[in-house]
Amino acid sequence: MAHEISHDQAHDPSNVTNPEHGEHHIVSPIQYCMVFGTLLVFTAITVGAAYVDMGAFNPVIALGIACFKAVVVILFFMHVKYQSRLIKLTVGAGFFTFIVLVTMTLLDYMSRAWGMW
Amino acid sequence: MPHESIINEEGEHVVLPQHRHHFETAEQQREAGSFGMWLFLLTEIMFFGGLFFAYLLYRNWYYPAFAVASNQLNVPEGAANTAILITSGFFMALGVWAAEVRKKKLLVVMLVLTTVFGVAFLGVKADEYHEKYEKHHIPGASYSTAMFTNPAAYGINEQPLAPDMAQHTEIFFFLYFAMTGMHAFHMIIGIVLLFWLTWRAHRGEFSSGYVAPIENFGLYWHFVDIVWLFLFPLLYLINRHLPK
Repeated sequence: MAHEISHDQAHDPSNVTNPEHGEHHIVSPIQYCMVFGTLLVFTAITVGAAYVDMGAFNPVIALGIACFKAVVVILFFMHVKYQSRLIKLTVGAGFFTFIVLVTMTLLDYMSRAWGMW
Repeated sequence: MPHESIINEEGEHVVLPQHRHHFETAEQQREAGSFGMWLFLLTEIMFFGGLFFAYLLYRNWYYPAFAVASNQLNVPEGAANTAILITSGFFMALGVWAAEVRKKKLLVVMLVLTTVFGVAFLGVKADEYHEKYEKHHIPGASYSTAMFTNPAAYGINEQPLAPDMAQHTEIFFFLYFAMTGMHAFHMIIGIVLLFWLTWRAHRGEFSSGYVAPIENFGLYWHFVDIVWLFLFPLLYLINRHLPK
């Protein structure tokens, strides 16, 4: 019967034999606590860094910290680290498409009369 | 790995109520659900992405206006709200765990805590909006650029802006309300869904191995968190570092 999968096949965390079937991994509460602490610490860092004059690097640092926090949330709170390749690729493709759209739209604006209206 | 579909003694395929017949295994059903949820979240990235792009463009064009307008936002309340939202997301994550290990009461408690911190976030946000109302910083007929053309009169230690640049502060506040308002709207939808999920969790629907609704709602709630993680530094912390 098609739905009978041997244990070896079912236990396939990296989805080699069965790419669309992800193993259900349970993230432990201790791991969640560590993520929670990390997010709070980096929130404090981002506020502190905003009051230090780093010139052009202020927005770079602020966005870098925000991206780091977002990645931590995506990997652990949203379980993407433990999902199948299908989900990982889907998430990656979404952010990649977003970057492409922003870059192309920005190029369009920058190559015209920048800030002239 | 427990399957929701089991083979009984007669060799028949017995399916538990939550397992749809068109999926071969519970894992496949779960995977399809997560995949669908992520596709929805990708459309949300594009949706908020448009707002973030508008912000990026106007911030570069009218940087002086954005810098002084941003300084009128309330950093202590914004930072507190960031912590409140992270806490809410933390309890949501623990709720997913409670459903996975089939602890019904713990799941209900976690969902209630998620809701409480979500409501607290909206409360702080409402207080900030009220502050904008008092300062005439809500775009529209009663919007005033007085604080930016004549900051000294308001006790604000800031360089005055020329009237044309001061006009552009309204764009900052328009984007502030559009972005935080759309974010708050997502939170309100989330809180309504939380009431529904808490009621279902209380009936024991998610503590016998069927965790997909909790898990997929968790994805939505964390996504809304992520949007705020970018909104906070971009809107509140543009220009805190320059000597006044």
